[in-house]
Amino acid sequence: MLSLRLARPASSLLRSALSKPMMPRMQFAAARFVSTRYSTDHEWVTFDPSTNVGTVGITDYAQKALGDVVFVELPGSGNEVAQGDPIGAVESVKAASDIYAPVSGVVTAINETLSDQPSLLNKAPQGDGWLCKVKLSDPAEFEDLLSAEAYKAHCEGQ
Amino acid sequence: MLVLRSSRSALRTLEAPSGGLVGRVLLRGLSTSAARSEELKKTPLYDFHVQHKAKMVPFAGWSMPLSYGEVGQITAHNHVRNAAGLFDVSHMLQHRFTGPSSQSFLESLSPSSLHALTPFSSTLSVLLNESGGIIDDTIITKHSDNDFYVVTNAGRSEEDKAHIGSKLAEWNENHPGKEVKWETMDGWGLLALQGPKAAEVLQGLTETDLSAVKFGQSAFAEIGQGKVTCHVARGGYTGEDGFEVSIPPEHAVELTELLSGHPDVQLIGLGARDSLRLEAGMCLYGHDLDESVSPVEAALTWVIGKDRRAPDAPNPFPGKSRILEEIANGPKRRRVGFEVIGVPAREGCKVFAADGKTEIGVITSGIPSPTLGTNIAMGYVLNGQHKKGTKVQVEVRRKLREAVVKPMPFVPTKYYK
Repeated sequence: MLSLRLARPASSLLRSALSKPMMPRMQFAAARFVSTRYSTDHEWVTFDPSTNVGTVGITDYAQKALGDVVFVELPGSGNEVAQGDPIGAVESVKAASDIYAPVSGVVTAINETLSDQPSLLNKAPQGDGWLCKVKLSDPAEFEDLLSAEAYKAHCEGQ
Repeated sequence: MLVLRSSRSALRTLEAPSGGLVGRVLLRGLSTSAARSEELKKTPLYDFHVQHKAKMVPFAGWSMPLSYGEVGQITAHNHVRNAAGLFDVSHMLQHRFTGPSSQSFLESLSPSSLHALTPFSSTLSVLLNESGGIIDDTIITKHSDNDFYVVTNAGRSEEDKAHIGSKLAEWNENHPGKEVKWETMDGWGLLALQGPKAAEVLQGLTETDLSAVKFGQSAFAEIGQGKVTCHVARGGYTGEDGFEVSIPPEHAVELTELLSGHPDVQLIGLGARDSLRLEAGMCLYGHDLDESVSPVEAALTWVIGKDRRAPDAPNPFPGKSRILEEIANGPKRRRVGFEVIGVPAREGCKVFAADGKTEIGVITSGIPSPTLGTNIAMGYVLNGQHKKGTKVQVEVRRKLREAVVKPMPFVPTKYYK
């Protein structure tokens, strides 16, 4: 299950790209590879354009701010979510923080491991502590999220 | 910087707080008197905290440690329950009232039977407004009939000082020759040493026999090799055995270093302080209490002295008619504890009757309890829905969640009695 979030091997990306040589979508050229973007709500999305699925989690900055995470409420698989919708929450002892859908689409998987091991969010927020996967209905939303550099600047500005 | 902000008191608004991830990482108790834009005040231990890698945050107008180094809130919390923790509470306002009518003056502000206290004993009390609402909660310690030591909340210092100042001016005008002198002990250190090892740790630093100082009692003790005379009060805000040590300004850092140097003692910040006090069922002013709430509503009827409830008792406390009426017939709402099933409920969450339709109250504090592993909360419900075991529903993120009214404290207190 966890392997699902790993970047696909370059060869498979290449194959899928080669299989549709007649559909050059230049406007999404930058998104033809698995890449990660960030929301101002301190979430990350790793988007795989070959499947249209984005993996969603919270950033290291967010987990540090929250402290020990003791509870995670996630959306149900199959739920349709719109960008900006509250879809769940991450709770530490001191606070609850809503999770907002950083992109629109359908939830295809949730990280079940978190119900037993919410501390994964502290240990590996950008790895094994991912929250859910969303099949994007509008990949352009992903392009509008922050780059790693822009997100870093956002955090420094807070 | 990272937004560690207060939400508005749930008692004043039924709107649930909102905001983005992290935006809602709220540090409780930031409310009330201090404006955010003002320069934050520093306790005598500010530099000490910074040297010990504290994460400093604004709290009630002060720059205070939230946590130290990489120690998480749960680790810090458990350390207090299992060993001993040291808290800087120097931001709280320490007062001394001296002079011939000190006792009567303080009884004119609060409903406690201070005349019934023996010297060097203390009580939780409340300062009341004319409508019987709580201006602040406080610990009043009697040294003698004409000498009192009082501690009030940092977040209420402006309101408390204005209130006490105006009441005192009036009092002294009406009591010529018996005037009360009021001083605030600005710059003094106040440390809370809390936990099952607290007594052993402090006893190692003083010749005063602490076994003779029971919960709610106090003594002046000489601490450390320098024999610094400190006021040591047994009690605290965690439910554990422990002490609050009031230290002259010039010795605050030295004694903090001495106490924190003990291997059983860890420095503890505001984060764990909040979860510890909630497990102990204690109120945080600005969240669980405000000026609209009476002590009867707040489940603090016990602070109202029995003899002071008599309709013809002398020196009536403020708001007496409302409070007597509430004691006799029940208040409109009551502060109760809850266990919420499944998810933690936080300040501002609405409470509904078991039918899920009738709104009956609001949560004022709530956490996943580090000690119990359950979700505990306190809040207010309509009178009649307050009995232990009453099933209710609490709205968290637009969904109703099962909850049940529970007695407090949630974690049994371990006072030295």
